[in-house]
Amino acid sequence: MASNEEILAGLAEIVNEETGLAPESVELDKSFTDDLDIDSISMMTIVVNAEEKFGVRIPDEEVKNLKTVGDAVTFISGAQA
Amino acid sequence: MPRKVVITGLGATTPIGGDVPTMWANSLKGVSGARTIEADWVAKFELPVTFAAQIATPASEVLARVEAKRMDPSTQFAVVASREAWRDSGIEEVDKDRLAVAFATGIGGVWTLLDAWDTLREKGPRRVLPMTVPMLMPNGPAAAVSLDLGARAGAHTPVSACASGTEALHQGLELIRSGKADVVVCGGAEAAIHPMPIAAFAAMQALSRRNDEPELASRPYDKGRDGFVMGEGAGALVIEAEEHALARGARIYAELGGTSVTADAYHITAPDPEGLGATRALKAALFDARAQAEDVVHVNAHATSTPVGDKPEYTALKAALGAHIDQVAVSATKSQTGHLLGASGAVEAVMTVLAIHERKAPVTINLDDQDPEIPLDVVTAPRDLPSGDIVALSNSFGFGGHNAVIVLRNV
Repeated sequence: MASNEEILAGLAEIVNEETGLAPESVELDKSFTDDLDIDSISMMTIVVNAEEKFGVRIPDEEVKNLKTVGDAVTFISGAQA
Repeated sequence: MPRKVVITGLGATTPIGGDVPTMWANSLKGVSGARTIEADWVAKFELPVTFAAQIATPASEVLARVEAKRMDPSTQFAVVASREAWRDSGIEEVDKDRLAVAFATGIGGVWTLLDAWDTLREKGPRRVLPMTVPMLMPNGPAAAVSLDLGARAGAHTPVSACASGTEALHQGLELIRSGKADVVVCGGAEAAIHPMPIAAFAAMQALSRRNDEPELASRPYDKGRDGFVMGEGAGALVIEAEEHALARGARIYAELGGTSVTADAYHITAPDPEGLGATRALKAALFDARAQAEDVVHVNAHATSTPVGDKPEYTALKAALGAHIDQVAVSATKSQTGHLLGASGAVEAVMTVLAIHERKAPVTINLDDQDPEIPLDVVTAPRDLPSGDIVALSNSFGFGGHNAVIVLRNV
């Protein structure tokens, strides 16, 4: 079970790998699309990589609800439980 | 008279050089880009051919990691070559609505396609990358170049197997002559040194099996030729309406005087033994350029080093140029680069443009015992081309019976 801090750090690493954005720019209140400029194709790659890293399943219909990094951390944390 | 079109920028990434200056210097020296493939899949699949002419400078050394990740290798090569050509053209400002792309490929994103298939079978559909489709599509290189330069007058992808790169120049010329664009980035890219295409080309007996001597394997016109050597890379040329180039004071390498594309309608892979389709392409291209056979001083031949392919091209050259063929310096640069399939015409166009501009014909290596049935004057040591007004041709032919010819002249 990863803590919320560990999930955030893991997501930051995945986002960096996919987009080149600095890991420290991946903060809880940042919007994936508006702040981090992540397109839908990159978002799906990030989702699938997060599934593998955290051992969870993020259904496709859930992805549209993950507007901010915090939304993703909360979802992943809940899905682990 | 149609609009005159000139060439103002050159780019390339090839087995004998990761940029144009390196490639050109090597092409005059005569080096082989063919090597044994250092990949575990050669032994794993027990491939009958264990060598190829791989790119001299990996794209990962030139492109940023994140941008490369979203491109098939064929698109990576296209972007590397087109950026060099664009820088070389010196264009600073251009109306992007008048800037087009004609970037060819023979096969497209075959690495991406087959990697995704492996992923599907090994890990399931969830792990197939969302970028798979845009990476595998054959228009990927043209689209990436268009995005990179902001070219909005259309992004085209001629696909005619090994004639594709030359057909891109044909298309570019038409775009400018018809008034649809003022500047076109033309080129071809290929990245098919993957076990499946090697197995497939080997199955049709098209590849050289000289596994113990890769650098001697590509030997156009030699009696000992036994097939072509797979190459990879890209070539790119910025072509421009002459008045556009003159208005910005551009350095002009050569004029793209004319082009032609014909089809054999003879056999899906075998060339017409009488070279009729190729002859028609040569004659039509010369006519298109308002050039005479006697003007031609140099030909960059298609000459892939297959037993059946090299001779019909000679037959066609003789039919189109008549007795003047004896006065023409012929270079078979695939002896050095291997066969870059859909990129070959673009890379050879770059070499032919430089041959005109520098008045030097690149060399043909491995010609130890010339096939007496192909008595061409083959350039085996660096040779100067004559002064005065000169014309050079570059030929490409592709599976499917595609014949494409470009005519270049000095300015």
